[in-house]
Amino acid sequence: MAIVPSPADRKYTTTHEWVKVDAGLAVVGISYHAQKALGDITFVELPAIGKKVVKGESCSVIESVKAASDIYAPVSGDIAEANSVLEGKPEEINKDPYGSAWLFKIRNFNSADLAGLMDGAAYDTFAESEK
Amino acid sequence: MKKTFLYPSHVSLGATMAPFGGFDMPIQYEGIIAEHFHTRESVTVFDTCHMGEFFVKGLKAAADLDGIVSCPVASMQIGQCRYGFICNEEGGVLDDQIVYRMSSGEFFMVVNAGTQDADFEWIKNHISPGTLLTNASLETGKIDLQGPSSPRIIEQLLAEPIWGLKYYRWMYNVYKGKRIIVSRTGYTGEIGFEIYLDERQTVQFWNDCLALGAKPAGLGARDTLRLEMGFPLYGHELEKSRNAAQSGFSRAISSDKTFIGSNLVLDPANAQELLCGIALDGRRTARSGDRIHAESGEPIGVVTSGSFSPCLERAIAMGYVAVPYSTVGRRVIVTAGRNQLRATVTATPFYQSATARRPISEFLT
Repeated sequence: MAIVPSPADRKYTTTHEWVKVDAGLAVVGISYHAQKALGDITFVELPAIGKKVVKGESCSVIESVKAASDIYAPVSGDIAEANSVLEGKPEEINKDPYGSAWLFKIRNFNSADLAGLMDGAAYDTFAESEK
Repeated sequence: MKKTFLYPSHVSLGATMAPFGGFDMPIQYEGIIAEHFHTRESVTVFDTCHMGEFFVKGLKAAADLDGIVSCPVASMQIGQCRYGFICNEEGGVLDDQIVYRMSSGEFFMVVNAGTQDADFEWIKNHISPGTLLTNASLETGKIDLQGPSSPRIIEQLLAEPIWGLKYYRWMYNVYKGKRIIVSRTGYTGEIGFEIYLDERQTVQFWNDCLALGAKPAGLGARDTLRLEMGFPLYGHELEKSRNAAQSGFSRAISSDKTFIGSNLVLDPANAQELLCGIALDGRRTARSGDRIHAESGEPIGVVTSGSFSPCLERAIAMGYVAVPYSTVGRRVIVTAGRNQLRATVTATPFYQSATARRPISEFLT
């Protein structure tokens, strides 16, 4: 698997989500490594706007031809936005996991939740060790 | 775990590998959906060396096989292939297989990887003392070349013309001076070939196919392609504890001969459930083991295979459904984990534009 360095402008979880604070919201997606491991993504179930999510708990589902995978909230808070474009074009997650294919945004999140997460370099080492 | 002759090729192509039928097999190379479309639109090669090949020879070979497999054997012409089941005494399915008639007294049989050893023992125990059964699996390479561009590649690689080869027929041919077997069969629904050759020629043949434009495809695409056609997979749709008649493959089951299990297979009382195509309303997939309910909530069946269909852009599945609910168009609910997925019982193939049965001449111009 080709190693693509994970962007340094965000944090990563051990369950392969990324989270980046932008305009006061915690934007969440999955890593390049995660989409690569899932293979062709065919379905995404996004959380409802306003739903309360808890750090470490499942709040979304991604399916590929091979497998289904839960997505865990990297921080606690309320769902502010969901990327509904992905419902019709889930394959965008394979194409642009760090950009246009973000999954959802969380508001009223607890900044302290970000502290324990990995930076890009630490996540790359972690992802490599999981192979 | 066993490896096929092509294992080093898969590794060098960067395939994702996983166990299947006792072998370490390629699941995907470029990606399942890309390989799926390449098969439907152009041509792909599959490593199917894991499958088992037997020869059955003798004056009583035809009669012996008629007693073992569900399809008619003695009536086969030389050059013909037939699909059928090997059943146990209870009418359950031990395996599905394709039998080739090589001569009046010789047959070639292709069986699944995970079942080949048990199949061999079963057949050995049910043939006449004078019938010779040999297992050619270890020295036989098998490659499937599938897709609308496959005839052009086969034509370039083999010495003898293939334009006369019809669907479910086989011929001897010659590859680099050696005799091989090639049949117009496959598991994708597209026009294509299954090629049986000396293990020492397998890597060369594979590389020649790639050089002529075929892309490698793995078991992932093999599964989505067969599911779009409604073809059964042993261990999912077919199993020991499930009566063969429930598969609904009536053309593979002869009603005018006796074979092991036939009294139970041919008894309509044993077909209370029927294998059905199930088209989900959305993209979310049902998986093997998910329960099927009527709209009233009554349990009516179980899913045996499910996947996203790249061609239909929705989830499709196969499963056994109680006969009163098995009619095409019936609305059902599949319980997939916490989710209730709406679906419709659907005729197979799901994908209607496959090319397997079209004349080969259409693909050679």
